[in-house]
Amino acid sequence: MKMTLRCLSVVLLPLLTTSALAADAARNPRLDDQTQLPKAPARPVGQTYFQPPAEADIPHNAFGELVRRGQDLFMNTKALAPQYVGNEMNCVNCHIDRGRKPNSGPMWAAYPMYPAYRKKNNKVNTFVERMQGCFQFSMNGKPPAADSEVMAALTAYAYWMSTGVHLGKAQPGRGFDEPPPPKGGYDIARGKVVYDKQCALCHGDDGAGKKVGATSVFPPLWGKDSYNWGAGMHRINTAAGFIQHNMPLGRGRTLSDQEAWDVAAYINSHERPQDPRLVNGDIDETRKRYHADDGVNLYGVVVDGRKLGLGVQ
Amino acid sequence: MSLSPTRSLAFCLSASLLALPLQAGAADGEAIIQQGGANPAAMPCMSCHGADGKGMAAGGFPRLAGLPEAYIAKQLADFKAGRRENPLMQPIAQALGDAEVAAVAKAYAAKPKVNVKPGPVERPKEGSGAWLALRGAWDRHIPECTLCHGPSGVGVGDVFPPLAGQSAEYIEAQLRAWRGTPAQPAGKKTKAVAAVAPTRSNDPNGLMRHIAADLREAEIKAVAAYFAGLGESTEPFDESQHRLR
Ligand code: HEC
Ligand code: HEC
Ligand code: HEC
Ligand code: HEC
Repeated sequence: MKMTLRCLSVVLLPLLTTSALAADAARNPRLDDQTQLPKAPARPVGQTYFQPPAEADIPHNAFGELVRRGQDLFMNTKALAPQYVGNEMNCVNCHIDRGRKPNSGPMWAAYPMYPAYRKKNNKVNTFVERMQGCFQFSMNGKPPAADSEVMAALTAYAYWMSTGVHLGKAQPGRGFDEPPPPKGGYDIARGKVVYDKQCALCHGDDGAGKKVGATSVFPPLWGKDSYNWGAGMHRINTAAGFIQHNMPLGRGRTLSDQEAWDVAAYINSHERPQDPRLVNGDIDETRKRYHADDGVNLYGVVVDGRKLGLGVQ
Repeated sequence: MSLSPTRSLAFCLSASLLALPLQAGAADGEAIIQQGGANPAAMPCMSCHGADGKGMAAGGFPRLAGLPEAYIAKQLADFKAGRRENPLMQPIAQALGDAEVAAVAKAYAAKPKVNVKPGPVERPKEGSGAWLALRGAWDRHIPECTLCHGPSGVGVGDVFPPLAGQSAEYIEAQLRAWRGTPAQPAGKKTKAVAAVAPTRSNDPNGLMRHIAADLREAEIKAVAAYFAGLGESTEPFDESQHRLR
């Protein structure tokens, strides 16, 4: 079985790459692998997280210009690179404080860990591919080419932010530091209670977020303008980590593990754009291939008599 | 039509009784602004909040023009209930009836909103008021003010009021109202100062108070000056544009 798959991909790969030139329907197959990040090491007692350099330290030369452009793109992705963004999100919505905040997927903890080798499938993922993954899934868009100006700027920004980090050494604060699954499991109905009380004020009863003019101020949590069913945030465990550290905005670390899981489950039990990896238009097959083994998620699961994963446009 | 005195009294009574809720329902917001409410303690709003409703910096009187209707009504309810304390404004709020609150909130909300000209956002310098407004101080759990108060501080929805359009005096006063002042022990030449409890505790889910409490004195001044200095554009708000962060 493994052999045949491998042979197939050998035959198909050249086909895929040539057709990718014509249509963007064929994606880089390595982008399909959205395996969860490994758990970050705990922060040693009494030690602080890595401190990235200050914005004022960005040099005033061509390199500095590229870094600043990267930061601008990171914060205003939808406005400055609309051709690559299919929803109303910006990188900074999930990578808080311009990608600097520990336990919020900081760029200084990411950049030094690539190219990343994945033993499971014997593949190597580059940093650019990881960012392309976030464009495709978190931003529900079309990833910019590896050699595009947008990717060059975002890479320069992450590289600059990682000044002084030990290359290849996993940093405390990487990823989203998920709380352990609560003993009694999670409860979507209880999550709704947390949501109505603590989150709806900003993200709206309908999860659509809030705008000022054309600018999204509070980002959407579900529906057509949010991250899609393939994004890392669709995993309840990952969302629970993000939420517990960062939400309600400015009041992170106030929700219990249970509340964080419950409200993460509530958010992720709503429809959102389809997983672009959809296999033969079949949710069950897509679940088997990409979701069954991907943390805790509700794609293809029946909740309240409704099968999730239909997608919205 | 000739009516016996008793009948006409009854008629008048029932007419006025009928008219009461009607009249209350039709309280005139603009009249309250200019002449005050039915209760004389509800002084004309414009005497402090300005003829155009844009406030008066020197007195610490805030702009009300263009604030969200629901936000204005909530503040008046908070003054009444003591969740927001102020010797000038509390008696006025208490003297307003429910229908008057609704009418005056509607009238102020209908006046022109603040509109800051959306130029290219200047890159803020670390430690400046602009830095707090646009970058925050996340190491102290302080998100950038514009994340909640909207791009250029123009406000978001009913819950997050605009900061643009308010004076530095008023913004500073509110930040201090949320944090109160800690007690100060007696120094060699100074007397001990007792702590002042916070006088504003009406922020939903405590979203604002911890921010005010964690700001340093110099930061309060700087961030207030930043928003007060944004100015106001006379151009109508352009819905189609993106305002950059
Ligand atoms: C909807 C939330 C969301 C948005 C928006 C988002 N990301 Fe991510 N990002 C994630 C999640 C979740 C992960 C993976 C965490 C995991 O697997 O545990 C991640 C991972 C990453 C990583 C790898 C981190 C590491 O430590 O290896 C990079 C780099 C990255 N994102 C960059 C970006 C860029 C650039 C953008 C904007 C184009 C972006 N992200 C937008 C949620 C988001
Ligand atoms: C005061 C407003 C506010 C409240 C309350 C709030 N959020 Fe957020 N939330 C934001 C903002 C603003 C961002 C984006 C941060 C940024 O761009 O810097 C965000 C981002 C998010 C994201 C990642 C981006 C996305 O759209 O998926 C999630 C998930 C989220 N919030 C969930 C929650 C949950 C759950 C709660 C309640 C426990 C909550 N939020 C309460 C304002 C708020
Ligand atoms: C004697 C002066 C005075 C008059 C008259 C007055 N106000 Fe005020 N008002 C104030 C002051 C001072 C504050 C600021 C209170 C504080 O610092 O908390 C204020 C604050 C307010 C606020 C809160 C605004 C915000 O941005 O949160 C509202 C709403 C308000 N007033 C409504 C009214 C209305 C309606 C009237 C007329 C019925 C009125 N005021 C008349 C002095 C006055
Ligand atoms: C997490 C969201 C959030 C952030 C971030 C935030 N605020 Fe607020 N702020 C609020 C809310 C909510 C209110 C309204 C409270 C109420 O209903 O009375 C408010 C009200 C205020 C007011 C009173 C306005 C008035 O008209 O009375 C001032 C002044 C203020 N904020 C200043 C700031 C400053 C300065 C910053 C940045 C250092 C900041 N805020 C950041 C949520 C926030």
